[in-house]
Amino acid sequence: MFSRPLLRFVPNGTRINFMRGRFIGLATSAVLSIASIILFLHPGLTLGLDFRGGIVVEVRTQGPADFGQVRAALAGQHVDAAGVQSFGAPDDVLIRLDAPPAASADHEARTQALVDSVRHAVATLPGAQVLRADAVGASVSAELFRDGMLALGISLLMILGYIWFRFEWEFAVSAVITLILDLTKAVGFLVVTHFEFDLVMVAAILTILGYSTNDKVVVYDRVRENLRKYRTMPLAELIDLSINETLSRTLGTSMTVFLAALPLALFGASLSSFAWVMLFGIVVGTSSSIFIAAPILLLLGEKRLRRDARPPR
Amino acid sequence: MMYYSRLKLASVVAVCLLGVLLCLPNALRQPAPTVPWRQIHLGLDLRGGSYLLMQVDMNSVTADRLRTLADGTRQALLGAGLGYRDIATDTHAGTVTFTPRTPSETEADLKTLRAMPMAVANEFAVAQRPDGAIAITLSPEAMRLRATEAVTQSIEIVRRRIDATGAVDPEITRQGDDRIVVELPGISDPERVKHLLGTTAKMTFHMVQDSALGAIPGPGVTLLPMMNAPDQKLPIADHVDVDGSDLTNASAAIDQQTGEWAVDFTFDSVGARAFAATTRANVGRRFAIVLDNKVVQAPVIRSAITGGNGQISGGFDAQSATDLALLLRAGALPAPLSVIEQRTIGPSLGADSIRAGMISLGVGFGLVIVFMALFYGRFGWYANVALLANLVLMVAILSLFQATLTLPGMAGMLLTLGMAVDANILINERIREEIARNRTPLAAMQAGFERATSTILDSNATALLAHIMLFAFGTGPVQNFALTIMIGIVTTLFTTLLLSRMLMVRWYARTRPTVLPV
Repeated sequence: MFSRPLLRFVPNGTRINFMRGRFIGLATSAVLSIASIILFLHPGLTLGLDFRGGIVVEVRTQGPADFGQVRAALAGQHVDAAGVQSFGAPDDVLIRLDAPPAASADHEARTQALVDSVRHAVATLPGAQVLRADAVGASVSAELFRDGMLALGISLLMILGYIWFRFEWEFAVSAVITLILDLTKAVGFLVVTHFEFDLVMVAAILTILGYSTNDKVVVYDRVRENLRKYRTMPLAELIDLSINETLSRTLGTSMTVFLAALPLALFGASLSSFAWVMLFGIVVGTSSSIFIAAPILLLLGEKRLRRDARPPR
Repeated sequence: MMYYSRLKLASVVAVCLLGVLLCLPNALRQPAPTVPWRQIHLGLDLRGGSYLLMQVDMNSVTADRLRTLADGTRQALLGAGLGYRDIATDTHAGTVTFTPRTPSETEADLKTLRAMPMAVANEFAVAQRPDGAIAITLSPEAMRLRATEAVTQSIEIVRRRIDATGAVDPEITRQGDDRIVVELPGISDPERVKHLLGTTAKMTFHMVQDSALGAIPGPGVTLLPMMNAPDQKLPIADHVDVDGSDLTNASAAIDQQTGEWAVDFTFDSVGARAFAATTRANVGRRFAIVLDNKVVQAPVIRSAITGGNGQISGGFDAQSATDLALLLRAGALPAPLSVIEQRTIGPSLGADSIRAGMISLGVGFGLVIVFMALFYGRFGWYANVALLANLVLMVAILSLFQATLTLPGMAGMLLTLGMAVDANILINERIREEIARNRTPLAAMQAGFERATSTILDSNATALLAHIMLFAFGTGPVQNFALTIMIGIVTTLFTTLLLSRMLMVRWYARTRPTVLPV
């Protein structure tokens, strides 16, 4: 443990023929992405408070929560009791209410006043305690949503630009197609798990896109190096070689990032859904480097990148 | 590549020791006030507290300005013996319009208005319209300047009001053109603060136009509701006789005669002089104390009040009298503020989050260390030393800038640690490959360092790009996440490209092994 490593992921000289299964990989990815897009259209993402507006109040009651009592207290303050739900521990209550319709003139003020009404209702419950109380007005939620989408869009463009600058265009295009496929799967994961889509989730998605890009850059770097080294090797074989050579590193780094994010998913309190999305993204990002980005590169680059491999005329 | 000078070695070690030193203030108490003591601030999500995002009502700034302009126009025209009809303000266009008494007076009107002090400063332009009316338009530059001033002044007033509530470490910052962020650590119920900040507290003294009672108010007179009886309205002259901003003090007190709560106030010399003049000239008439466009009180002036003291009573209780006194002391907001976003974290949830963050950080760090030791042996341990230095340096930089740490920030640190070893893994795997190609240990290490460097730079550059965007477009906790990752990328480059590599090279130079532990 202190000198030579005890364990290894893959033995030296591993040669797995990934490119043979490229159509299976692409087809699986396509099916998952299409399913995700369908899920995105219906039932769609659960928007979090940041993007939806309205109020969220978390209350901890003394002993297991009596929902009837909570609803009655809210009704006493003329607050719609429909948004009362349980979450986490049995003594925790979540009160979630939509913002008043934006058409009314004082909807911002009413959104903010709603929190105070809920607080007054909670104050009538013996021993109950407000853990968290947030209210986001309609104008702010619209801005946050716009900014979140801008951050995502511009990041994708910058990643495209960077890879374009560093590699040939075939690399950039296949990387960005893969990233978009990764992104759709992350969205599908959010729909299936009912995790709320908010700014923190945008951060999670951007982080996994950044991570996924890293992974592709490492494989591409090796492909480029091997293109110079083995000038006559067919591209499929060359990509396979490059994936195999970097496989140990790919798995090693995925593993460390996975291990770092795992405790956050298990004990991370309010960040646990963020961490689960990260974990999902690490698995997707790592596998897409091998099964998606590489086959697309092969399809795009078969003619252009391998000019030397053509039979002499 | 395979040689590190003593100087280089010493500077890398010095940076790491400096990092440890900078971390200390977070764990220890400040020994003396003279010792520089910079530490990380815990964010509201970890500490508990309230975050309020407030919007300054810019329309009202314009409307206010126009009302003053209309009032000034009236005074200027009357002073020059000129007449006017249909004076009106248009907030949307930023204009005051009126029609001259007769077309022959137009030239004289324009001349008078252009000589007004405000016109000289190019604050507005005066022009005649085709229909004969005269339009006074505020210049956009002047309006922008007013708007900026209004926000700056609002921040000052907000700060004074919050300081008066005794809040600890409040943070008040401008956001964008017309917003103010108020952060109040430790305040888990911001209702009173919201109420205090939501009140403009503009107090002015006007004459009541009793002659217009019951009739439709003429120009320069507005019907304002009574504070305690909103259905009841009084015709109040627009002209401000005495401004409530000319106060030196205000305090809540119990009225000796009625036993009710009231607010006593004292004018400064300007206010006292204006108050004395107004009361002397209007004995027997009613004057109104107007607070935020509501009439608090409209007593009859019995005699000139020259002492500069006054009292407002109007059905206050102890809390509302205390609050009004506080608001009057702090001064009026130049424009109404409204809360458009609020987030409050209770103290127990904050404590839970700190615990969750610490456990995650500890367990995640431990898992990565064990993994590196098992899979990469000696070089894995060097990576672990670098990882520890990385953590220390991240905390050091955050402390140095007295940055705020939130739960997402802790997640950022954790992910940085997970990704930081990537560089070591790249180098190690490369060395393994080179060894498999029968290179000597020295050549293999050299090749590993060389080849891995560009890949390391590439992957960190792409991560940096994504997080710069996140920082630019995110708010609050998300920005904090992006910030810690950006700091983490810098510390990662230092610890992996310099520290862990140096450890490997020094080990090699010391032992000259024939077989590398890979």
